[in-house]
Amino acid sequence: MTDAWFAGADPDDPESGATRVRTGRASAPADWPAEAVDAGFAADDTDYYAKLRSATLAAASEAVAERERADDVQLAHAVRAMDDAERTANELAERVVEWAGTLYEDVPRGLDGVRDIAARDPKTAAEERVVSYATRAVDLLDERDDLRAFIEERAPTTAPNLAEMAGPVLAARLIALAGGLESLAKKPSGTVQVLGAEDALFAHLKGRATSPKHGVIFTHEYVRGTRPQDRGSAARALAGKLSIAARIDHYSGDYRPDLHDELADRMATIRARADEEADE
Amino acid sequence: MSDDSAAGAEADLPEGVERRTFGGRERLSTRGAQVYGEPVDAEGWRAWDAGRSKLGAMLELGMDTGLVGDESVLYLGAASGTTVSHVADFAGPTYAVEFAPRPVRDLVGVAEDRTNLFPLLKDARDPESYAHVVESGIDCLVMDVATRGQATVAVRNRQFLADDGRLLMAVKARSEDVTAEPDDVFDDVVAELESAYEILDTARLDRFHADHLGIVARPK
Ligand SMILES: C[S@@+](CC[C@H](N)C(=O)[O-])C[C@H]1O[C@@H](n2cnc3c(N)ncnc32)[C@H](O)[C@@H]1O
Repeated sequence: MTDAWFAGADPDDPESGATRVRTGRASAPADWPAEAVDAGFAADDTDYYAKLRSATLAAASEAVAERERADDVQLAHAVRAMDDAERTANELAERVVEWAGTLYEDVPRGLDGVRDIAARDPKTAAEERVVSYATRAVDLLDERDDLRAFIEERAPTTAPNLAEMAGPVLAARLIALAGGLESLAKKPSGTVQVLGAEDALFAHLKGRATSPKHGVIFTHEYVRGTRPQDRGSAARALAGKLSIAARIDHYSGDYRPDLHDELADRMATIRARADEEADE
Repeated sequence: MSDDSAAGAEADLPEGVERRTFGGRERLSTRGAQVYGEPVDAEGWRAWDAGRSKLGAMLELGMDTGLVGDESVLYLGAASGTTVSHVADFAGPTYAVEFAPRPVRDLVGVAEDRTNLFPLLKDARDPESYAHVVESGIDCLVMDVATRGQATVAVRNRQFLADDGRLLMAVKARSEDVTAEPDDVFDDVVAELESAYEILDTARLDRFHADHLGIVARPK
């Protein structure tokens, strides 16, 4: 019995060798080229190295794709955690500002107020509590910023085209809403267009509302920055290209500059309508 | 074979590595498909940038690497393949281990243009995970992992080397300890290596890579 990568692999099928390269182990190396020739796996050294080459190339490509795919799960958790941190920080901030308003004269509103309070020097037991509470909220805000930085660093490697097109945070949100990069890649672009608008979609299906034109992609400048009557077209164009970006990221991982140029052209056409009408 | 008189005090370059002129400057080069935008001359020789390659720096500084050309190589810490592409140009079977997925994607592209380069997405701290692929009796173990525990990795991978094989290693001081003096870090690394290797030569690579030490050693 041998632990060699080619043991049990089909000499004519690089895929079976690739699986063995990825999952096999041995306690020590051996003269594998000679063993392979003896075992009849390869005709000679040259043939052996050619087979080894196909198997290692296939194994490395598959392993890379798999590992990078697993990164999408990390992105999805990170963006959800970022939203939790932000929402909770806002909740704490409300309490802090309200409470601090009973102790201090000049409390700025919102998150600024929280940072302001956290930096103060408490003089009484009550002040000590409110300053301490504000400090927790500030920590949470810092955590949110760290999570955002993590997403901004990771998204471009996990999904280069999606991250470029949507921006890292929206890319992570789309991945999270779809349940992973693979499921995002498999969704029709009409679904991508309304991801995050599930409530509105449900109401529409129940006959209680018009169909939603966009979900989270509304936060994208291409949609938000387009005049209301053209937003439907903008959302459709963006969602179409985002779906293609997700597919390229999932299946090949190459960065495709032309995809981004095409979308920019399409958006320019849509936005030109407003100028044309203004000219008329 | 290289011309001894021209090489002077410097060690011979391996067969397949030449000093050639690029943009009016003598530089190391190997012959093969272009990889990282390096200059390529009319005969297909591509400049080997010692500023981007620790092994290139070791050769450029005249260290006696024992490389002759056509040897079998195990390269640990291949990253996207900048250096290992040159190695595969002049060496025989070249196994390239790298544990970060992103650079391996590029490394696969480099290997697709070469017949003797085998990329492995594996962790060099766990040699058993590739001992079923990498052959025994390797002539040259190149290490550039730039991570904590560099000496331990070298010791664990000694089993691949032929008795008269060579370890060529670049140690990055800051990877071991950012606060310590580089010289102290290097002393510790060398001491640990000596449990398994005989040190033949060391040289600071600072001219090309700040706070790096190049080491040539052979198995004990
Ligand atoms: C300084 S870079 C190598 C550059 C490369 N040798 C060149 O000159 O083209 C160090 C590489 O070692 C890799 N590395 C660090 N620890 C490793 C380990 N335990 N196993 C495999 N690779 C590792 C890192 O991911 C990184 O790509």
